[in-house]
Amino acid sequence: MTTPQHAAFSGQPPGVTANGTPAIRFAGVHKNYLSHGESVPAVKPMDLAIGQGEFFSLLGPSGCGKTTTMRMIAGFEEPSGGKVYLDGQDVTGVAPNKRDVNMVFQSYALFPHLNTYQNVAFGLERKKVGKADIKRRVGEMLDIVSLTGMEKRQPREMSGGQQQRVALARALVNHPRALLLDEPLGALDLKLRQQMQIELKRIQREVGITFVYVTHDQGEALTMSDRIAVMNAGVIEQLGSPREIYERPATRFVAGFIGTSNLVDGHVDRCENGHALLSYTAQDRVVVPVGSSVRPGDKIEVSVRPEKIDLHRGVPPVASTGGSVLSGVVNEVVYHGTSTNYTVATAAGADFTVFDQNASNAEDLADRGDRVFLTWAPQHSYMIGV
Amino acid sequence: MDRVKRQLAPYLLILPGGLWLLLFFVVPMVAMLSLSLQQGDVVNGYRFTFHWQNYTEAIEAYNTQLIRSLIYGVIATIILIILAFPVAYWIAFYGGKRKSTYLFLLLLPFFVSFVLRTISWRQILTDDGPVLSPLKSIGLLPESYHILGTAPAVICGLVYNFLPFMVLPVYVALERIDPRVVEAARDLYANPATSFRKVILPLALPGVFAGVLMSFVPVSSDYVNSEVLGSSSTTMIGQVIQKQYLNNSDYPTASALSFILMAVLLVGIFAYARALGTEDVMKVAAR
Repeated sequence: MTTPQHAAFSGQPPGVTANGTPAIRFAGVHKNYLSHGESVPAVKPMDLAIGQGEFFSLLGPSGCGKTTTMRMIAGFEEPSGGKVYLDGQDVTGVAPNKRDVNMVFQSYALFPHLNTYQNVAFGLERKKVGKADIKRRVGEMLDIVSLTGMEKRQPREMSGGQQQRVALARALVNHPRALLLDEPLGALDLKLRQQMQIELKRIQREVGITFVYVTHDQGEALTMSDRIAVMNAGVIEQLGSPREIYERPATRFVAGFIGTSNLVDGHVDRCENGHALLSYTAQDRVVVPVGSSVRPGDKIEVSVRPEKIDLHRGVPPVASTGGSVLSGVVNEVVYHGTSTNYTVATAAGADFTVFDQNASNAEDLADRGDRVFLTWAPQHSYMIGV
Repeated sequence: MDRVKRQLAPYLLILPGGLWLLLFFVVPMVAMLSLSLQQGDVVNGYRFTFHWQNYTEAIEAYNTQLIRSLIYGVIATIILIILAFPVAYWIAFYGGKRKSTYLFLLLLPFFVSFVLRTISWRQILTDDGPVLSPLKSIGLLPESYHILGTAPAVICGLVYNFLPFMVLPVYVALERIDPRVVEAARDLYANPATSFRKVILPLALPGVFAGVLMSFVPVSSDYVNSEVLGSSSTTMIGQVIQKQYLNNSDYPTASALSFILMAVLLVGIFAYARALGTEDVMKVAAR
């Protein structure tokens, strides 16, 4: 998961490499749009550093500002304020054709009048690279994206997956400081998309270029990224490794947007050993690790992932008494083959989703209407900022 | 039985259109061809005699007007491209939500009759009209200068009257260009001029090609603009045909001239299409 390159990140501010210069840096960058004479913020003041060779994802729902953020890196949008740095150089106000980054567009945007070779060679020709050099580099790049032999094909004669590779080759052949990908796999069907995810990751390792990947697909971001910035309403809500984002969502939005989360709130009854206890009934309680600022009586919100929860019929095993226990009634059972998903109405008031692996006893399924106990270890509860 | 029906269906569907063409295109063409080979005069009537001399005599008598029409056609078409491209470009790329409004405004004058519009140009270009008199009064042009009755006046009228025939096809081609393709060119180190030359222009050429086809033919065979804005020194072939037919009742010469004009235009267009077929145009421009 972590390549030697990225090991350099540990112990340093995120996104800064050993030599200290991030590939891309935002300093107080913000963007407002004028809409009906009113200034509407698309991206609120943002500081961001993306490291050399990093696979960095901007993840969020549509309209969250992720595409605007990317277009400010490319130079298609100018920030309303703040500075954009590429490799330490201030490029704010520099035209897109003079920025050493390349983009893979959402619908590929291949030149329809040019064949594969001419599409890929376009950037090198503008840079006045010699003919022989162009030929060699285009050949190498087509080899990397497995399109050798397709040189003479026009875009309309190729499948979506092939066009996708041409778009990738057309950008990467220029050895940009960073490659910007705007939902590049959105138009492909599921099977092809999964293939391309693996391939993109391989290509990124091979060429060692910084990838900035815009997507609304959390699965895609979690699989491919070194780090993810989760955006909402023009703000980065959380920035971290896929594991951090998934295991420790910082906000209610992140918890809900990434995967499935069960959210439950309540008042703290008592604190001990860095854990807060929320009691609902004599036996129903949630235990959550908290900081020292949380005091008894505070209202807090707790998140727990569905796959961390154990579902018991009858009485919960005594061993789990140190953790959280909630009783409830099964509302819904959905059998998925490898797992079974339950929806349980709990005594805490919230409906919980539980993923139960069908490891051994597939016959031992709870039914709708069954009374069950949900238990999970203290470390799987997570207090989130509201 | 069903299969026979299914196979017949397409032919039945084109039957009305086919009949229409037969009646109003093929029949008149044959009638005109027959007319062009007849001999005689209005009083004693015309007789079909394979009189090919009609053609040679017509060319001999009116080759000046024929060549002049083609020259006017070429000049007007070139000016049309120069004028129409920026208009179409602006509407397509900067028209925003008002694109159709701008197109409507462009077409609005053409709701008025062709002849009336041309006559109003006469008012504009007349010696003491709104164009010439101010220029003369500030001394930019000599008092004796006039434009009406000259070739530029006729070409002005032709360009004005056929502007939409060029703007619309060019607009359609430009409007179909994905803005992201232009962005891609900018992203790949092309400055605005290069992205225009390497991407926008090649993608717009099919539209220009269609615009030329649609405007060159009616411009070259026009008979109104020269009549209203020109003089005897600007007579175009369309006027000659009209006069021979309606004033002199010399049907064979008029028909022969019509066929000559048609043949010349067809040859010209085929040569043009051969030299600049859409596929090839794009390939040439892409180099």
